[in-house]
Amino acid sequence: MQDKVLLQMRQIEKRFPGVRALGGVDFTLREGEIHALMGENGAGKSTLIKVLTGVYQMDGGEIKLDGELITIRSPQDAQNSGISTVYQEITLCPNLTVAENMFIGREDSAWVRHKDYEKRADEILGKLGIPARSRQQLGDCSLAVQQMVAIARAVDMKCKVLILDEPTSSLDDKEVNMLFDLMRSLKSQGVGIIFVTHFLEQVYEVSDRITVLRNGELVGEYLTEELPQVELVAKMIGKELDELSSLREEPDIVVEEKEVFYNAKGLSSSAALPFDFSIRKGEVNGFTGLLGSGRSESVRAIFGADKVTGGSVSIKGKPVKITRPVEAMKNGIGYLAEDRKRDGIIADLSVRENIILALQVMNGFFKPISRSESEAFADEYIKVLNIKTASRETPIGSLSGGNQQKVILARWLLTHPDYLILDEPTRGIDVGTKLEIQKLVLKLAEEGVSVTFISSEVEEMLRTCSRLIVMRDRHVVGELKGSDLNQEQVMKTIAGGEAKDEE
Amino acid sequence: MKNKNLNGFKLNLGQLTIPIIAICLLIIFNLIRDPSFFAIEITHNNDGNAVLAGNLISIINGASELAILAMGMTLVTAACGGQDISVGAAAAIAGSAFVKILKSTDSINGGTVLFAFLFACIVAMLFGTFNGTLVAVFKIQPMIATLILYTCGRSIAYWINGGATPTVSSPIINAIGSFIPGIPVPTPVLIVITGAVIFKLVFHFTSLELLTQSVGINGSAARLNGINATFIKLLSFIILGACVAVAGCIGVSRLGLINHETLLIDVEMDAILAVAIGGNNLGGGKFKISGSIIGAYVIQMLTITLYAMKVSSTDVKAYKAIVIVLLVVIGSPVIKARFAKLWSRFQSGRQKVSTKGAE
Repeated sequence: MQDKVLLQMRQIEKRFPGVRALGGVDFTLREGEIHALMGENGAGKSTLIKVLTGVYQMDGGEIKLDGELITIRSPQDAQNSGISTVYQEITLCPNLTVAENMFIGREDSAWVRHKDYEKRADEILGKLGIPARSRQQLGDCSLAVQQMVAIARAVDMKCKVLILDEPTSSLDDKEVNMLFDLMRSLKSQGVGIIFVTHFLEQVYEVSDRITVLRNGELVGEYLTEELPQVELVAKMIGKELDELSSLREEPDIVVEEKEVFYNAKGLSSSAALPFDFSIRKGEVNGFTGLLGSGRSESVRAIFGADKVTGGSVSIKGKPVKITRPVEAMKNGIGYLAEDRKRDGIIADLSVRENIILALQVMNGFFKPISRSESEAFADEYIKVLNIKTASRETPIGSLSGGNQQKVILARWLLTHPDYLILDEPTRGIDVGTKLEIQKLVLKLAEEGVSVTFISSEVEEMLRTCSRLIVMRDRHVVGELKGSDLNQEQVMKTIAGGEAKDEE
Repeated sequence: MKNKNLNGFKLNLGQLTIPIIAICLLIIFNLIRDPSFFAIEITHNNDGNAVLAGNLISIINGASELAILAMGMTLVTAACGGQDISVGAAAAIAGSAFVKILKSTDSINGGTVLFAFLFACIVAMLFGTFNGTLVAVFKIQPMIATLILYTCGRSIAYWINGGATPTVSSPIINAIGSFIPGIPVPTPVLIVITGAVIFKLVFHFTSLELLTQSVGINGSAARLNGINATFIKLLSFIILGACVAVAGCIGVSRLGLINHETLLIDVEMDAILAVAIGGNNLGGGKFKISGSIIGAYVIQMLTITLYAMKVSSTDVKAYKAIVIVLLVVIGSPVIKARFAKLWSRFQSGRQKVSTKGAE
């Protein structure tokens, strides 16, 4: 390749007590290149990034930037050398303005010259085509724009290497496209971009090159156009995976005749407009639509997570009132929340405590689950769901995303729900675990559990759901089943569906 | 193998490491300074009972109110991620209510004392409910919410007994404040043990511990798991109210009078400190009541040690502050991380040496 090599990491080693997180990994980034770093959870992607950004100190190897050997001792060092990172979670201050966020910590004098900063911020925002104003509070911008502001900050710091760690996980398609445009424009300016993501489609859309890691070791570096998607997955998982495409070969389970488990008429909450919904025993259905279309809000209304404002609900034909999560739980409904960090895990508590939490709440205040019982439950589900954890007493916060999600799944499975709502259960987790979760959903359905499955990846829903409810602008705009269940039809319905009159 | 054992040992001790090290250092320091510091003897008190006496006994005895308050404070801290700074004032109210009932009866007997104590409990728990409502329902920061009672609590105590500082003299009250005839251990110590056992039983027979920690760590997730976070927070303040009443009644019984101005003055800060020394996160979440109890004894032992070293009572606070700064800094995440790093370097160094040896 005659492209100029910008960053070269050679034989990077990193050990944690008892674990070899990185074993002699090489990584090369060229100027004006978007380089996807791929691997399952625990493959060493984050560790490599953290070594590069000075969060961790490497135990061996060398890093060359522009041909010169550098040592990075702290994130500050990394920034000064021209390596900037934009993390999955926004690390800016939502209570400050956009301009303040772009210049905070880089003022060259004690005086904060707001006017100058705002002018400069507006220039950069304009140049990069970011739809934000410098004097806006950052918290008022959408997540996508916040992310772009973070990128703008990095760009203005004259970064040569820009690391984007899962930047798209909370963006909808339109925002993703905006971000990609921004990435391409940076690329044309010669910035090298390291792109970490779980979305395969996005890798193929935007990246030039792919480096795959597995179990802390380098699998290889490939040109994106020369590596078919199936092979990429195989390299990440380490085995050929033809199951991925044929998860659901057997004909759809016939659920039409089964009894209706849950039925809602005109259900509405403080966040969701009135909608009708029903699910049969053993049925898997899904809500689809763009982010913000109201799909999460609708399922939250079913679970009583937001203030329920109206509508009538019946379970197995009997009218019930569900206004609080605990009432939903007592009626056999479980809800795996969309935002795992905010609404799912209790980070400092152990895997065991996290697993028994929902069952404990249902059992009631005066019937604590004994230690031995809870240990048995935890061991059972760690085994059944193949949760990778050092022990059942490990704090859940130190597990990888996919394993955290499995623990939360275990928590709800332990309550033996009749109806399980899974809101984005596969977001931000690795391909292997995604597949496991999809399989689990189908297995549960076979056992007679009703499941509502929400995912940003339409393909995933097509593989698992027998009925899709399509939402747009907080209204249900269509329902697809049978032969209509294909990507094209879903897109059409989302794009062109007429809003049904709800009243 | 050896590594594993060491790690296990470290894990078991966990957050108790610092308070236990602190108390051990204090003991060692005192032993070097004056080996007779910990001498315990049996003497006869004014009532002619054989009782235990010595510095160690006065430390354990003197820390009783603090230990009781620290237990309740731990729960509030864990659930609400903040502290109640009104416990001293509330204890004055509870103590005043206790005396008020005792004064209004003709003769003080077991029944009236029990009634007076229950009345004090209800009063303190009502004030706890007030604090808890502000925090749990109106989402006011605990320190601000309890600042109200902190400010006006001792005035309320003043009103209860019409501004007087009435004395109560009764063998029963005396027995609560010092010794029960025939038992050589100070009664307040027995009350602390009872309190600790009650907490242990409550944690065993209810899911309070798990629910409190869940609410404290991630309120949003707790709510979506059907936990009534408001109730848990309110409950923690009500339980602290009961602790306040117990502490107030012990304080009154020690002196045989209620002085609303001085009863358990400044105890709130020591109680918060005990929670902190106990390794509990003042931001809420995981907690260990045992840590806070040890914390209370560390504070008391420090005070008594300083007195034994003939430090004047005005200077004691300054010396106390120095030691506490050290404790808090050593327990801080920054220093802990440094230690962990040093430890792992030490470990890997040893491993390298041993592999070299093998070659």
